[in-house]
Amino acid sequence: MENVKLFSYQQMLVNKKNQVLRLICLLLILLIVVFVLSMNSGFIRLSPWEVTKTFLGFGNHKQELILYAFRLPRILIAILIGAGLSVSGAIIQGVSRNPLADPGILGINAGAGLAVVTFILFFKDTATQSIFLLPLVALLGGLIAAILIYTLARKSGAVSTVRMILVGIGIGMLFKALILLLEMKMEYHQYVNAAIWLAGSIWGSNWQFVLVLLPWILILLPYAFSKASILNIINLGEQNATGLGVEIEREKFLLSGMAVALASACVSISGGIAFVGLISPHLARLLVGPRHEYLLPVAAVLGAMLLLIADLFARQLLSPNEIPIGIVVAVIGAPYFLYLLAKSTG
Amino acid sequence: MAVLAKNDSKFTHRHVHTVMMLGGGLIALALVLALSISQGAANINLATVWAAVFRFNPELAPHQIIYELRIPRALVGALVGAGFAVAGSIMQGMTRNPLASPNIMGINAGAGLAVSIAFAFFPGLPYRYLLLFSFAGSALGAFITYTVGSMAQGGLTPVRLALAGTAVATLFSSVASGISIYHKTAQDVAFWFAGGVAGAKWLHVYGLLFWVFIGLVVGLLLSPSITVLSLGEETAIGLGQNIVLVKTIGTIIVVILAGAGVSAVGPIAFVGLLIPHITRFLVGTDYRWLIPCSAVLGSLFLVSADILARMINHPAEIPVGVVTALVGVPFFLYLARRDARDL
Repeated sequence: MENVKLFSYQQMLVNKKNQVLRLICLLLILLIVVFVLSMNSGFIRLSPWEVTKTFLGFGNHKQELILYAFRLPRILIAILIGAGLSVSGAIIQGVSRNPLADPGILGINAGAGLAVVTFILFFKDTATQSIFLLPLVALLGGLIAAILIYTLARKSGAVSTVRMILVGIGIGMLFKALILLLEMKMEYHQYVNAAIWLAGSIWGSNWQFVLVLLPWILILLPYAFSKASILNIINLGEQNATGLGVEIEREKFLLSGMAVALASACVSISGGIAFVGLISPHLARLLVGPRHEYLLPVAAVLGAMLLLIADLFARQLLSPNEIPIGIVVAVIGAPYFLYLLAKSTG
Repeated sequence: MAVLAKNDSKFTHRHVHTVMMLGGGLIALALVLALSISQGAANINLATVWAAVFRFNPELAPHQIIYELRIPRALVGALVGAGFAVAGSIMQGMTRNPLASPNIMGINAGAGLAVSIAFAFFPGLPYRYLLLFSFAGSALGAFITYTVGSMAQGGLTPVRLALAGTAVATLFSSVASGISIYHKTAQDVAFWFAGGVAGAKWLHVYGLLFWVFIGLVVGLLLSPSITVLSLGEETAIGLGQNIVLVKTIGTIIVVILAGAGVSAVGPIAFVGLLIPHITRFLVGTDYRWLIPCSAVLGSLFLVSADILARMINHPAEIPVGVVTALVGVPFFLYLARRDARDL
């Protein structure tokens, strides 16, 4: 009897795994469809056939230029940032055990943004030459924000969810005020560029940006996936986790640092894109449940898709002008967030 | 009987205390206004200020500066400060929520979006119509935040209020910056968003005077009902109050006061959060006194913040909204850190 139960449980796990794998495959196929659509659309239209031909090396010079120099880096950036921000959000939600936490709402994006704006304003020459420094600068800002939030939300040894959110919102407002202060110091063209960057934009992406961002995502994403089981244990509650022999504080510290690093690296390239880190983990939870070994990869793929679609809209809506992608994401994301909030309990 | 008499004397004592505070606040406000008028890129002494006000001579440059730039600026600061502070007091009284304030609830952002739309699509719109845009925007912001927060199980808790307000503000300011980047009005809007007391003109003074006056008078008339409502909805209903009516009128006042303020100077944060708390600490929870006192303190705070904004980086200015944020955020954090059960 006992064996039968055990067997059926294992069978269930295998079924679940297959189910999730199928889902991920489906999502990846969808991602490719959106990818092809995105390759086709833009100021100069290319048919899917022309895109395929160019990829196989039979396109003319103009087609190659459009695809390789303009569209491909931009699409890759959208994918990387979508995945990065989503996983960052999922980790923060897991660590804080709060489904409404998001690097944008908690002021971590604002911290990273402030650091980057300061760097660009005061080290103009260095900033344009050594773009590889930007994620590090952003990370510094993001970490300062995170440490401030953690320290100020801590009271008699505990960090309550409510306090963390409120403190995060407060810190975010402070950093936004400081960003404003710096913006007022800027020349007009500098200001416009900063405003567009802060609103979240990926136009003007080139291969350099991809190369800057890629290592961060390639290292941090798999590392996050490997920590899935720890996140599952944290979700059981601190006492249970300690009982199971997990060094909870240390793991939480590591995971939070990782989430901040992911968010900061993304912000340094794309500016503040809010709500992605909230929506895609949430949708992923609806699709595959709360286990992080499934949730994290699904959230990553969903986030990539979300940003690709948002980018399509950003390019097409007011064509030939573009709107910052962060605005499109906010217009989709804020209502969804408000809907979640209206449904929330307790 | 003796107890009653003692209570009575206690009440009069309280009243004397409050009236003295109000009087002191007004005197301080007059001093700060004078200081604000004399302070600036060109420092003008108080004697000249006095002369410019009472024996105005259009031939003299300092008189021109005082009349055209400094006086409107000081008055707009005072009016907007009073408006935001009273709006915050009424909101905190009606919702019994310590974080309720025009900025946290997305009202300022709503007005900000409406004004950005007006800048982009109706450039050169007369200020009196801009005010109406601003009212519509702030009403929309209040409506969304309040509806979303109240729909959830457990009602409008401070965290929910803060989250809903942040989401609404993010949404509105994203759309606003999209519109202004697209229509190339970005830096106009940014300067105005940054808290443009600096650009205040007499037409702003007149527009604000009208609406802030209406808001204050109706607020004062409503104040006994708000005191009752601040004891809790059940109590208010038990005492025979029509709470829907009181809340509707209260919300309209908030929308008018905050919308008028934003239309003149942009979404300056934290005045409406900070001042009601300080005033409540000083004069207690009787809204008949709390509303006028927070109006005076709000004026005092914003005019002083504006003086600081001009002094810190003299002769350049920093946005007054940054000064209020630097004072307001620590206070907000203090509120957030207070016992979680209060929130």
